[in-house]
Amino acid sequence: MTETLFFVFAAVAVGSSVGVVVSRSPVASLLFMVASLASTAGIFVLLEAHFLAAIQIMVYAGAIMVLFLFVIMLLNLGHEYRRDIRGNVAMIIGFAVTGGIGGLLARQLGSGTAGLEALGTGDAIDAALREHGAVGAIARPLFTDYVVAFELTGILLLVAIVGALLLAKKAS
Amino acid sequence: MLAESLVLAGLIFVLGTLGVIVRRNAIIMFLCIELQLNAVNLTFVAFSRYVGIEGQIFVFFVMTVAAAEAAVGLAIIISIFRHYETVNVDNFNLLKW
Repeated sequence: MTETLFFVFAAVAVGSSVGVVVSRSPVASLLFMVASLASTAGIFVLLEAHFLAAIQIMVYAGAIMVLFLFVIMLLNLGHEYRRDIRGNVAMIIGFAVTGGIGGLLARQLGSGTAGLEALGTGDAIDAALREHGAVGAIARPLFTDYVVAFELTGILLLVAIVGALLLAKKAS
Repeated sequence: MLAESLVLAGLIFVLGTLGVIVRRNAIIMFLCIELQLNAVNLTFVAFSRYVGIEGQIFVFFVMTVAAAEAAVGLAIIISIFRHYETVNVDNFNLLKW
């Protein structure tokens, strides 16, 4: 059951990622992106990361993608169906770079996955989830060991808000 | 399921890279960067299933940085659009105007 679901979600994720890259209309591209993020959230659930799956749907697919959609609507780019794929040189560079990365990944994975099984069985995560729940298992380390990094991301968001306002406001 | 997840993340990352290189529309290039970040998040979650909860916390931070990056990047696109009336990156060839 889990395996079947995984392959369904994986197929949707890869298909919609191809859609993001090839669609002419920015709005279609964005909706494919939402489908890709949603199916990745499904895979997060299968990997026992329930809290992150919820965050992925609400924050990523909900908030960030709607921000992109706002900008597309604001700049009135929804009607741009012209082909904007680059010429042959960029195509060759693109396929060379992606072929290189893909080849390296395939070679690494082809050399055997024995090392991956040695990583562990996931019993620690299962125990933490049983004891504290899906949110508590993340919240405890986040607010104890990583609290400084957590506060710093708050400052980062503040800086981003100020920067976005300053950049987007009309020059007077 | 770890090996399969890593293969999937690699595929999505490669597709995102291809999109950044071959598209001209700045907003779609941004979307492809988000696709790459998402692939990395998937790798972190897959490893965290077997190694420890820290991977998921890192994904939390990656999402925050992605949100900040999207806000600032879209503001830059709006500001460029006001000047050039297009979001096609071929037309942006000056650092200052």
